[in-house]
Amino acid sequence: MLTSAPPGPAATRPPQKTAARSDSTLGLLAKIVLLGLVDAFAVYVLITLFLQEKWVILLVGAAVTVLINWIYLRRGGLPAKYLAPGIFFLVVFQVFVMIYSGYVAFTNYGDGHNSTKADAVNAIQLSAQQRVPDSPAYRVSVLEADGDFHLLATDPDGGVSVGTTGVPLEEADDAVTDGTGKGVELEGYRTLQFGEVLANQADILAITVPFSDDPEDGSLKTSDGSNAYVYRPSLSYDETTSTFTDLETGTTYADTGEGSFRSAEGEQLSTGWKINVGFDNFVKAFTDPNIRGPLVQVVLWTFTFAIVSVLSTFALGLFLANAFNLPDLRGKRIYRILMILPYAFPAFLAGLVWSGLLNPEFGFVNNTFFGGADIPWLTDPLLAKVSVLVVNLWLGFPYMFLVCTGALQSLPEEVTEAARMDGATAWRTFTAIKLPLLLVSVAPLLIASFAFNFNNFNVIYMLTDGGPRFDGTTANIGHTDILITMVYEIAFGTGVGRDYGLASALSIIIFIIVAVISAISFRQTKALEDIN
Amino acid sequence: MTTFTDPQAVAPAETRAGGSGRVPEQRKRTFGQWFRHKGWRHVVGVVTTLFAVFPLLYVLSAALNSNGTMAGSNVLFSRFDTGNFEALFSNPSRPFGRWFMNTMIIGVVTSAATVFLGALAAYAFSRMRFKGRRVSLLSLLILQMFPQLLAVVAIFLLLNAITDVVPWLGLGSQLGLIMVYLGGALGVNTYLMYGFFNTVPKSLDEAARIDGASHVQVFFTIILPLVTPILAVVGLLAFIGLSSEFVIASVVLTDPDSQTLAVGLYSYVAQQRSENWGVFAAGAVLAAVPVMALFLFLQKYITTGLVSGSVKG
Repeated sequence: MLTSAPPGPAATRPPQKTAARSDSTLGLLAKIVLLGLVDAFAVYVLITLFLQEKWVILLVGAAVTVLINWIYLRRGGLPAKYLAPGIFFLVVFQVFVMIYSGYVAFTNYGDGHNSTKADAVNAIQLSAQQRVPDSPAYRVSVLEADGDFHLLATDPDGGVSVGTTGVPLEEADDAVTDGTGKGVELEGYRTLQFGEVLANQADILAITVPFSDDPEDGSLKTSDGSNAYVYRPSLSYDETTSTFTDLETGTTYADTGEGSFRSAEGEQLSTGWKINVGFDNFVKAFTDPNIRGPLVQVVLWTFTFAIVSVLSTFALGLFLANAFNLPDLRGKRIYRILMILPYAFPAFLAGLVWSGLLNPEFGFVNNTFFGGADIPWLTDPLLAKVSVLVVNLWLGFPYMFLVCTGALQSLPEEVTEAARMDGATAWRTFTAIKLPLLLVSVAPLLIASFAFNFNNFNVIYMLTDGGPRFDGTTANIGHTDILITMVYEIAFGTGVGRDYGLASALSIIIFIIVAVISAISFRQTKALEDIN
Repeated sequence: MTTFTDPQAVAPAETRAGGSGRVPEQRKRTFGQWFRHKGWRHVVGVVTTLFAVFPLLYVLSAALNSNGTMAGSNVLFSRFDTGNFEALFSNPSRPFGRWFMNTMIIGVVTSAATVFLGALAAYAFSRMRFKGRRVSLLSLLILQMFPQLLAVVAIFLLLNAITDVVPWLGLGSQLGLIMVYLGGALGVNTYLMYGFFNTVPKSLDEAARIDGASHVQVFFTIILPLVTPILAVVGLLAFIGLSSEFVIASVVLTDPDSQTLAVGLYSYVAQQRSENWGVFAAGAVLAAVPVMALFLFLQKYITTGLVSGSVKG
C-alpha cells in the first residue's frame, strides 16, 4: 500500500560523508521498492480508468502520480517527502469529500437520480417491458456460474444461445442438447435442477436477457424456468425530441429540465438522472413542510443537547473533583477507578445498554426501581430528551472529572492562601479565584466537548434512534434526532427514498455551524500563539 | 445547579487534623465534624460510583443469564451460565468471531498507520523550516474541527465511484475503510505529536548529523525512541476511537462477514432488541473488555495525553 514514505537521500549536504554510505544504499533501495509499488498500483488504476474512458479522473490521477514521483526523486524538498503520505490521505478523504459534499448539495443526487440521462433512458426501457403478443416461446434451461444465473435459450428454429441480465444473447453452438433439440448443458456452467429452480424463483424470474445492446430490440424473460418469451419496451424513446411515448396509451413523457421525464399531466417516470438544482435543496430544507418543521426542532435540540451535555458533565465533574481533592481521603483511588469506568466503556455499546435499561416495557429501571411502572423513558418526547441527557452525562462526566482534577491540582497554592488571609469564605474563594483560573485552562476542552457533542451520533442513534417520531412528516425523524443523525436518516434511512442532495445540504449547514464554533474557539484559546 | 464545596474542603487549615509536620495524634472529633469534613465525600463517592457502575453490572449479569430476553435480565446475577456466549459464537449469519477479528485488524492497522503518518508529519513540522509551514499547521488545526462523519454521504459516493475502478478498495472492502480512516490521521494527532517532538532537544539531531547520520536515521533511531510515550497515547486513542466508530463503518461494510463489532452488534438488536438481549449483552461484554482493559491499564498516559494538548495555561 502507499501508506509509508520512501525516505529520500540526504540531498542537501555536499557528498563528503562516506560513513553513512551503506545505510543510504539501503535507504535508496527501500525508496526504489516503495516508489515502484506505488507506481505499479497507480499505473494499474490509470489503465483501468483509460479502459473505462473516465478522462477527467485519469488526468488528475496521472498528475498526482507524476507529482509523487517528482517529490521523491528530486534532490532537496525534504519536508515534502515527510508530509506527502499523510497529506495525500488528508486531501482525498477529508478535504475532497468536504468539497464533494458541497457539490452534491447542489444536485438532486439520490434514489431515482443517481446517474446520467443516457443510463436513465436505458433503465426505463429495460424496466417497462411487456410481452410481445403471439411471439413464439423459447425453451430455456437455467445455468449457474459464479453465483449468477444465466438462461440457455433454444429458439423456435433450434438455434441455442446463452445470456443473462445485462449480457446480450450469444450463440452457444457447442451446447449439449437433449432428444428434443433443447439446449441443456454448456461448458463452464452448471445446469440447475428443478428443485434449485424453485428455490431461486425470485432471482430467475428477474432475469432479463437482451437480444442486443439496444433495448428497443427487446429481451427474453422466463416465468417458469422452462419457457421464455420475447418482451419489448412498452415505452418507446425518441432521441430527436428526447421524449418517451407509451405505446399503449400514447402519453408522451418529455424532459422538463428537472432530471426526469414528465407527461403533460405531471405524471413522472420513476427513473430520473442527476442534474444540478442550484439552491433547491436548501430551499427545500427551509420551506418543504415535510422537512422544515422537523429541521427547526432538530436544530434547536442539537444546540440544547450539546450545551446541556457540556454544562452537566462539567458541573458534575468539577463537583466530584472538588469533593475528592483531599490528600488523605480513604478509598480515593477506588472511587476514581470505578468512576472512570463509563468513560472506558465503548460509547456505542453504552447507548444500546441504556436503551435496554430504560426500555419502558421490559427495562430494568421500570421493573426494578419503579416496581413495574410503565414510565415511557424513551417513547415520550420530553422524557426521551431527559433520558438522552442523563445517558450522555453518564458517558461524559468521568472525562470532566479527570480534566478538572488535573486542573485543580495545578492551581497555585499561594493564591488561595492569600484569599484565606484576607478572610474570604470558601465559596467566595472558589467562585472568585479558583473557577476563573480553572476556566482558563479548561475552556478549550469545553469548546471541544461542545463540538464533539454537537455531532455525537452514537449516543442518539443507539439509545433512541432519534425517536419518538415527529407527527406529520414522512421522513423517519424524531424528537431526539440531532442534525447528524437526521443527515444519516435522509441519506441512508429506510423511511423515504435516499436523498443524497438534501442530506449533503444539511451537512453543509452543519459545516457552517462548526466553522463558526471553531472560529470562536480560536479567538478564545489563542492557540495561534503556539505556532511560530 | 450544584453546591460545590464546604468550607472545610477549600480551607482545611483551621480544622485540619494531622497536618504536615505534626504528630499524627488524632483529636477525637464528633460525628458531625467528621461528616462535614470527610463523611459527605464518601456519600458522594458511593452514590456516584453506583450511578457509574450499575449499567455495567447489569450488562454483565444479563450476559451470564441464559434466559436471554430483556425481561428475564432484570434480577441481577440470578443465574450464572455461559449459554449466551455459546449462542453468540454459533450463529453463522452473525459471525461474532469474525467481527471481533475485523475490529482488531482494522483498529490495529489503522492506528499503527495513523501513528506513523502523524509522526512523519510532526517530524517535518518540528525539525524543518519551510515555506507554508505555518499555514499547513494552521490548516491542520482547523481541519481537525470537522469530523469525517460530517462528509459521510460524500465518502459513500466516493467509494461507490472507486468500486467501479478498483473493486477491492471500494464499498464493502475493509482496505477501503482503512483508507478513509487514514484521511483523519493527520488532523487530530499531528498537533499533539508536534508539541511533544519540540520537547526533544535539537542538539541531539545535530550531534547525530555531524556523526554522519542521515535525516532518516535521525528520525528512526533518535527521535522515535524518545517520543514513544506520545506515540503510544496517539495510537491508543486512535484505537479506542475506531472501536466505537459506527457511521462510516456501517455505510462502507455491507457484508456481515466483513463488519466490525459496532456494526455487527447493532444489527443484533436493531430489530428485535428484547429477544436477543442476552446474546447481545454477552457480545457487549466481550467487545468492551479489551478496550476497557487497555484504557485502565494506560489511563495515566491517556489523561496526560488528553490534557497536555490543551492545558498549557
